Amino acid sequence: MRFGVVRFPGSCDEVDALLACRRFADAELLWHGDCELHGVDAVVIPGGFSYGDYLRVGAIARFSPVMDAVKRHARAGGHVLGICNGFQVLCEAGLLPGALLPNARLRFLCRQVEVEVIDAETRFTRACEAGDVLSIPVKHMSGRYYAPEEALRDMQAHGQIILRYRAGGNPNGSVADIAGVANKGKNVMGLMPHPEHAVDPLTGSTDGGRLFESLAMHAEKLAPA
Amino acid sequence: MKARVLIRPKAGILDPQGQAVERALPALGFEGVSDVRVGRLVELQVEDPSRVDELCERLLANPLIEDFEVVLDRQDEGLSPQHAGLEAPRSQP
Repeated sequence: MRFGVVRFPGSCDEVDALLACRRFADAELLWHGDCELHGVDAVVIPGGFSYGDYLRVGAIARFSPVMDAVKRHARAGGHVLGICNGFQVLCEAGLLPGALLPNARLRFLCRQVEVEVIDAETRFTRACEAGDVLSIPVKHMSGRYYAPEEALRDMQAHGQIILRYRAGGNPNGSVADIAGVANKGKNVMGLMPHPEHAVDPLTGSTDGGRLFESLAMHAEKLAPA
Repeated sequence: MKARVLIRPKAGILDPQGQAVERALPALGFEGVSDVRVGRLVELQVEDPSRVDELCERLLANPLIEDFEVVLDRQDEGLSPQHAGLEAPRSQP
């Protein structure tokens, strides 16, 4: 099992993501200008400020050469995890529904939040139980998840809401307390909190590691006996 | 040809920037101002104006959260908009 973590100009969490992946499997960095994924099994689009967040968050990064390869990977059923700016990029790229808007109170948020696992059957959450509460930090300016009502109903019907901020703990005004969503095939997931910053007891919580562990577990289950 | 693209948050989407501006106005003595919405303006020089709408949909605006309006200026550059014979704004459907 090998993770690939994309590095865009302006990424800043790719090394933490790489180290988080390496706790559970092999991992390497992928360059945004590269047209291929070098055979990795799962792709992580990390946090940061890709292309300076110019125009709109994630708007320019989605046209990177590597994103064509990421789209092909996703269409073939490959796993893609977008974290924070990576979530924004995946929404802009049309791989996930919805969009991320500036926080309701316009503040840059940097704090620990609690997110509830709604669906523990996905390839990203298998190491959790439904109802588990994970303590993971957020740090973002544009994390207010939005999808039109009709799209939200469709997402509910297909079980695409994977993580929610705990009631009363929604930090950014996200619709329906949504912290993380998946596509219909459940092979692409995005979330605003940073699981890669919650993998070492030194920084207070190791809950984030369970998402990386889930992906690694899945690969082992798939591997031929 | 010069094209101006006005991009604004869709109706019904909370615009905290607009709210912040609106709240600041009374302190400066500007009463009676409401529904402030903050968007952005992109100016482009284009050879083929027929593709500007497509360019807006694919990059300049995110149609899920933003409306855009294209104004084409067919006169020479340098004229101020009020003297430049602007085409009527075209909004997306």
